[in-house]
Amino acid sequence: MGILDKHVVLEKNATLLLVGSLLVVTVGGIVEIAPLFYLENTIEDVEGVRPYSPLELEGRNIYIREGCYVCHSQMIRPMRDEVERYGHYSLAAESQYDHPFQWGSKRTGPDLARVGGRYSDEWHVDHLVDPQSVVPESVMPKYAFLLDKLIEPKYIQDVMKTNRIVGVPYTDEQIANAEADWLSQADPDGDNSDVDALQARYPKAQARNFDGKPGVSEMDALIAYMQMLGTLVDFSTFTPDASR
Amino acid sequence: MSKKPVEKKDPDTTGHEWDGIQEFNNPLPRWWVWVFYLTIVWGIWYTIAYPAWPLIKGATAGYLGYSTRAEVAEEIDRFKGMNSELEAQLASADLTTLTPGSDLHNYAIQSGRATFATWCSQCHGSGAAGNVGYPNLLDNDWLWGGSLEDIQMTVAYGIRSEDNDDTRYSEMPAFGDDYLSDEEIAQVVAYTMSLSPVTKDAADMSLVADGAVVFEDNCSSCHMEDGTGDRTQGAPNLTDAIWLFGEDKDTIAGIVSEGPYGVMPAWSGKLTDSQINAVSAYIHQLGGGE
Repeated sequence: MGILDKHVVLEKNATLLLVGSLLVVTVGGIVEIAPLFYLENTIEDVEGVRPYSPLELEGRNIYIREGCYVCHSQMIRPMRDEVERYGHYSLAAESQYDHPFQWGSKRTGPDLARVGGRYSDEWHVDHLVDPQSVVPESVMPKYAFLLDKLIEPKYIQDVMKTNRIVGVPYTDEQIANAEADWLSQADPDGDNSDVDALQARYPKAQARNFDGKPGVSEMDALIAYMQMLGTLVDFSTFTPDASR
Repeated sequence: MSKKPVEKKDPDTTGHEWDGIQEFNNPLPRWWVWVFYLTIVWGIWYTIAYPAWPLIKGATAGYLGYSTRAEVAEEIDRFKGMNSELEAQLASADLTTLTPGSDLHNYAIQSGRATFATWCSQCHGSGAAGNVGYPNLLDNDWLWGGSLEDIQMTVAYGIRSEDNDDTRYSEMPAFGDDYLSDEEIAQVVAYTMSLSPVTKDAADMSLVADGAVVFEDNCSSCHMEDGTGDRTQGAPNLTDAIWLFGEDKDTIAGIVSEGPYGVMPAWSGKLTDSQINAVSAYIHQLGGGE
């Protein structure tokens, strides 16, 4: 068998075996990981996807803090049953500004990738305060305390700057206006609110008093985040790239 | 197996020896070696057949032309195709003319049931019995009308839905802000409670007469003078036994002073025309349809 007998050399020399293994793993890494950074079709360019508005980002942080991802995924798989239940399958671009992404694979509750617009704000409040009051068979814990915790946009600029470091293209203008946008979205009727400016910076941003109570609570931020999930891409005009 | 003679011939040893114990250098089992070679061959075939090797602009597509997206689109089309005839009929059907027992009617009810379970049950309950703040769809008390056309319109355009211009809209004023004093609110609450059979006994009769005046001045334009409500404005009937948000005095006083109202998302755009028709037909036949 000639060359095949030579593997004795490799097997009997620990250092050589280590170098050889490393070489094999490196090739695998180059083939599987490296292309993701340069291939254009890794994340297709999809119209409508934008970075999160400050209030949505705040809500996203609460979502992560409360561990919502432990039970809820945010990725609709390209399978018929998923598409029929949740809507169009998720696109890579839709989570391109997520750090970290919330895809998940554990579904104790339903997928939330397209929960935006599916329920009314009141439903979200009722449901987060006491999930069993609207869905008796639910095993979700109560999150009523979110209503009581009033928040201020004190650190939102820092959060956005941090996101910018890891690649979210927030502009200087967006960061400079973070606090104003945060307040405008949670209280569009406020004295200094400018919803038009907010929507110019963040198209399709929804501005209203999400929890129906005075003041901006964590509930407002979380519902603002959930009501925009999956709503950015207009699938009536989106044509999937067939090569994927 | 244990009977099998171990030493047919003297195998080679590796040359290692510890205290007189030598290590055989037996070849790997033949079957194992062949499976190993087969996996290599299969691996090479796989990378040719399926999308695999990354190049400069994209990856090799594979000669089978496989694509996850194409596959799911194909499967969705296949299932759509099975019902396409009924779907097309249903999308443009005049629901009032569906004959119970016909194929189209059965299809509408069955697929409407599935649509309801997926998209509507979270608020209206899996049995459509509703919840506090979310109307019961089994009874014949309708805020915006219970005919097939009314239900269809509500499903398609929603109620106070922000993202639909055709949505049903009305807003009860928050009377507590500027309009009514606490005293007047207490009076009008007593009056409205006296209208409904379930709250009549709990109403404070000493305030009812004054409350009737307050009601006449402030509430009757929407809820009508006799309190039976107005469906064109979504103003509920106050004389029946159904209280959407609760029937105790504090809840009713809260409604008068804060003017809460429910929001239902518009489903046109999210659901297909045939789905909207199906779920409307399903809701209509649950018991309360007019």
